Amino acid sequence: MLRAAGEDANPLVPAFWEIIAALLGFAVLFFVVVKFIAPAFEKAYQDRRQAIEGGLEEAEKARSEAEAMKAEYEKNLAESRAEASRVREEARAEGAQIVAEHKEKAAAEAARITEQAQHQIAAERQQAAASLRHDVGSLATDLAGRIVGEALEDDARSQRVVDRFLADLDAEQANTSGAAH
Amino acid sequence: MHSLVPVAAAEEGGFQPPTISETHLPDILPWMAEWGTGFGKQMLMVVLSIIVISWFFTFAIRRGALVPSRVQYFGESCYAFARNTLGREILGEKHFKPWVPFIFTVFFFVLVNNLVGAVPLLQLPSFSHVGAAYAMAGIVWFTWVGVGIRLHGLRYFKLATVPSGVPGWLLPLLVPIEILSNFVIRPITHSLRLMAVMLAGHIIVMLAGSGAEFLIVQQDSLGMNATGVLVLFGFVPLYFLELIMMVLQAFVFALLTAIYIQGAIEADAH
Repeated sequence: MLRAAGEDANPLVPAFWEIIAALLGFAVLFFVVVKFIAPAFEKAYQDRRQAIEGGLEEAEKARSEAEAMKAEYEKNLAESRAEASRVREEARAEGAQIVAEHKEKAAAEAARITEQAQHQIAAERQQAAASLRHDVGSLATDLAGRIVGEALEDDARSQRVVDRFLADLDAEQANTSGAAH
Repeated sequence: MHSLVPVAAAEEGGFQPPTISETHLPDILPWMAEWGTGFGKQMLMVVLSIIVISWFFTFAIRRGALVPSRVQYFGESCYAFARNTLGREILGEKHFKPWVPFIFTVFFFVLVNNLVGAVPLLQLPSFSHVGAAYAMAGIVWFTWVGVGIRLHGLRYFKLATVPSGVPGWLLPLLVPIEILSNFVIRPITHSLRLMAVMLAGHIIVMLAGSGAEFLIVQQDSLGMNATGVLVLFGFVPLYFLELIMMVLQAFVFALLTAIYIQGAIEADAH
């Protein structure tokens, strides 16, 4: 333990007080660790663990809630999409029907009007032709009577003359209009 | 350890290598007393290590925040190393909890006392003084023997020394070997391993220091002085090697502590 003067210390021989110091030092440190350090660290671990577990649980809950909400929303969305497309389809069909009805009605009306007009035109033309024939006939016979000085009393004869004249007139007219074309 | 260069040492002005005695400075209290009779530098290091460990870990965990600060994170990593790597891995999930403070204390007490050997000016690993190493190994020895007796009663000595499944005629040979290796050699190697490595590191520091001083200051030739500077450069890698050894020895010491305790707890398992 104690070195003699001039001689080297033996590294394997301990100093008594250093043993005591190490023992005491270890005891003090061990006390501090047991009393303060280890509990504090264990508590921090425990707290963190609980916090993480609680957080995970909460997150899980929130996730499932969000999932339910999303499913609900998607269901609603699909429903409203179907509804919208149904409404659109109905509207389109209705519109087509309306258009078709109107077309039909308009066509019928047009046909009716055309027919009526044709009828009227035909009637008026006939009437005009008749009156014209009559007027032209009497005028011509009058005129011819005055010119010839004798009354063409014989109706049948005068009628024939007028008819021939008119026929000639018609033919001439047809010729000029044919030539014009 | 006597002079490495006896011939040169005898000559006047030759290089005097440092001796083991010089690892023991005179005590501080009572002032300049002969080594080993009072409060010395080594004891100061022990006290310092207690203060440093207690302060650092209580400071690191003072808030116990869920989201740790950098200091707290570092402290927790250190604690987790002692708790999980040394404690849980060796002692097992079932038994490790009550032993965490003990293994933690052993590991950091040894670690910090080793590391003061790497701090400039302090530079004295406490466990290079064999008394402290004996004390630590003794604490561990009494602990695991105590655990064995508490858990298994006096039958523990039979469990620890009589290997099972061995033919009876071998027992007279094996039992003394087991007794010797478990109860005598174990604490000695446990303490000397630590002390020897720390002392070797300390001697390297002293040797490099005194060698460089001798070459630079006491030699006149410029070439000698330059060689001294080379010694200083060469000391840098040795310094880092020493750092590794300090951490490694603390780890080994605490690991063996855990293994011995585990062996005592589960003595009946083998």
